[in-house]
Amino acid sequence: MIRRALLLLALSAITLSAQVPFERLLNAAKEPQNWLTYSGDYQGWRYSSLDQITTANAKDLAVRWVFQARTSEKLQATPLVVDGVMYITEVPNNAYALDAATGQAFWEFNYRPDSARVCCGIVNRGLAILGDTLFMGTLDAHLLAIDAKTGELLWKTKVVEKAEDGYALVHAPLVVKDKVIVGPAGGELGIRGFLAAYDAATGKQVWRFNLVPEPGEPGHETWGGDSWKTGGAPIWLTGSYDPSLNLTYWGVGNPGPDWNGDVRPGDNLYSSSVVALDADTGKLKWHYQFTPHDVWDWDAAQIPVLVDMEWEGRPRKTMLWANRNGFYYALDRATGQFLKATPFVKQTWNVGFDEAGRPIKRIDAEPTVEGNQVYPGVQGGTNWYSPSYSPRTGMFYIPAWEDYYGLYNKFEQEYVPGRQYTGGSPRAAVRGSSGSTNLINTRDQEGGYGVVRAIDAKTGERKWDFEFMDVTDGGVLTTGGDVLFSGNREQYFYAIDARTGAELWKIYLGGNIRSGPITYEVNGTQYVTVASGNSLFTFTLKK
Amino acid sequence: MAQVEQGALLYHSLCTSCHGEDGASVQGIDFGRGRFKRVASDADFLRLVNQGIPDTTMPAFDLRRREAENLLAFIRSLSETVAHASAAGDAARGRAIVEGKGGCLQCHRIQTKGSRLGPSLTAIGRVRPAARLEQSLLEPDAVVLTDHWFCKAVTRDGTSIEGRRLNEDRGTVQLIDSKERLISLNKADLREYTIIKTSAMPSYKDKLSPDEIRDVVKYLTTLKGLDAPAEASSSVSH
Repeated sequence: MIRRALLLLALSAITLSAQVPFERLLNAAKEPQNWLTYSGDYQGWRYSSLDQITTANAKDLAVRWVFQARTSEKLQATPLVVDGVMYITEVPNNAYALDAATGQAFWEFNYRPDSARVCCGIVNRGLAILGDTLFMGTLDAHLLAIDAKTGELLWKTKVVEKAEDGYALVHAPLVVKDKVIVGPAGGELGIRGFLAAYDAATGKQVWRFNLVPEPGEPGHETWGGDSWKTGGAPIWLTGSYDPSLNLTYWGVGNPGPDWNGDVRPGDNLYSSSVVALDADTGKLKWHYQFTPHDVWDWDAAQIPVLVDMEWEGRPRKTMLWANRNGFYYALDRATGQFLKATPFVKQTWNVGFDEAGRPIKRIDAEPTVEGNQVYPGVQGGTNWYSPSYSPRTGMFYIPAWEDYYGLYNKFEQEYVPGRQYTGGSPRAAVRGSSGSTNLINTRDQEGGYGVVRAIDAKTGERKWDFEFMDVTDGGVLTTGGDVLFSGNREQYFYAIDARTGAELWKIYLGGNIRSGPITYEVNGTQYVTVASGNSLFTFTLKK
Repeated sequence: MAQVEQGALLYHSLCTSCHGEDGASVQGIDFGRGRFKRVASDADFLRLVNQGIPDTTMPAFDLRRREAENLLAFIRSLSETVAHASAAGDAARGRAIVEGKGGCLQCHRIQTKGSRLGPSLTAIGRVRPAARLEQSLLEPDAVVLTDHWFCKAVTRDGTSIEGRRLNEDRGTVQLIDSKERLISLNKADLREYTIIKTSAMPSYKDKLSPDEIRDVVKYLTTLKGLDAPAEASSSVSH
């Protein structure tokens, strides 16, 4: 305690000025005691160099404290940790500041969205911070600025005029310089997606980029007829940022309607793509479409992972991406050039790639009126649950669904604002929704199972698997102690050897793990936190 | 929290959409001027709130008696504010005192100015009637909400920590100090720990003239919450 008080006093120089200036976000890797952004850094690694917990002592992990959500909805958020204070959100749009060492609350913030119409579960995935201000997107498509010291609302900006048409903000915003970047979810409701940046001080919009180009904008020609008006292309997850290129990268969701592509002839840009935007202006630098004219709902709702590595004899700024469509990609993130793609799970839709990196689709893999069996199924080879990249092992870790197929059907559907607009209702042997928790699982792995899959980041070659019976919605964290943390729908939280895939420790938490773990340090103790069910569990080594 | 403040929260969540902030939005009714249509006594009020008025837009609210009494206390305070001497005060002069010689922002915050050590005043005019504001300025110790208590701790090595108490349980306390740090302390590690139930604010009785007090109170009653300039201007029709 004495050490603690002294540490707090020593921190006063930081807290008197703005708490988290942009420079701290840029250099997040240099302060592994904190977790300053959704993925822990701008590169999307979900990796921390903390190494107090090792492969040798992880067996001694124990629960230190638990935070229970005040609402009964599932927790999907990644907390932030700043100098001993943890900031966490729960649905619909409440936030809490907690003592990261003990879980006790400093303040609570409550917000009740109006007219929210959310297509796929009521979720909030977390906050961003800049200076002394936290930023949260809401289910009624507002962006909020909240005082990090007091929990007071500072400003509130309407991001979409008619949120009731199906627009909701569910991801943790991304702060770049003095701007806060967000985009709406709602790809199953015929929205028209975009990314927009707001002035962090005032909430005024600075730029907006349409993810479904309107008439006159490049890419509009990839939408037949009026289909662009309900083209989807939502944002479900936080993007990444490369300061050396000043580009921000975002994975874009599926086109609408999801499964009936007949009504939207063309490639349907920028759905199921990654876009690279100038962070100051929002201008498109490049894009790559993982699934042109997507008819399987394979949102690129994944974290762009930015890694500098030697590629065919020269240094290259790459972007690594395990996509919902079952392929693991390497792109040049300066230019968008396609470098390589290898399947990381069983897939039956693609027979290869042309020179430019455009996938060559199997002609008989499209949804049919009766239903057509295609791998991967509708939840994809992976989905929004964060992967991790460890610079120590050179491995990329994917929470994957293997041997998983869907029976993809399609039907005609009229667009009604604010209603589901999907054009199909595919089925699978595995329950897709992670909304409720299975206490009883009578399936085996037939039809799909979950696996934490380690692959060589450069080659895509499989290194090891950690298999489950059921599928998984748990993100992955790796650390400087070579410990990998992940959880699953079987409601266990695991510590796994990041080099070998050996199980080091596990605990049954009694609720589905649907978020990515984080790690941080307070007063010389390393903590690991993960959400399970409606609770947030924090672990340390036993004293 | 005091009765009026509790009532204010209920009023703002249940009543303002029809009756307005100042209670004058429904024709023939003006809470601030004590004008009611069907209410002549406290009993009338409590009955009406829980039963609603058939064939009108006034619904029945399922309030416990205590809640309804709190709501009544707040509604009554609206007319007390209108009748209060400060109604004739000058808000602009009051603001100048608050930001200047009153030194209020050394501890309090209004919008994005001032310190977070004391309670925020950004929306004080929504929850606190004029008479209570005046009382707080003249006799700060008369009513101190438990939310606003300060505390003082001394660690075993003699470090002294003081601030506004945010949260407390048997073994720990969370506070914000004058440097605006969020601090969590384990009581077992403290040599001394005291809750300060009196106000940390000085009385302004001898510091400001009665006219100045009136101006400050008038200004504080105008503080109704966030300025939200971004709300309307930044959205693009979609």
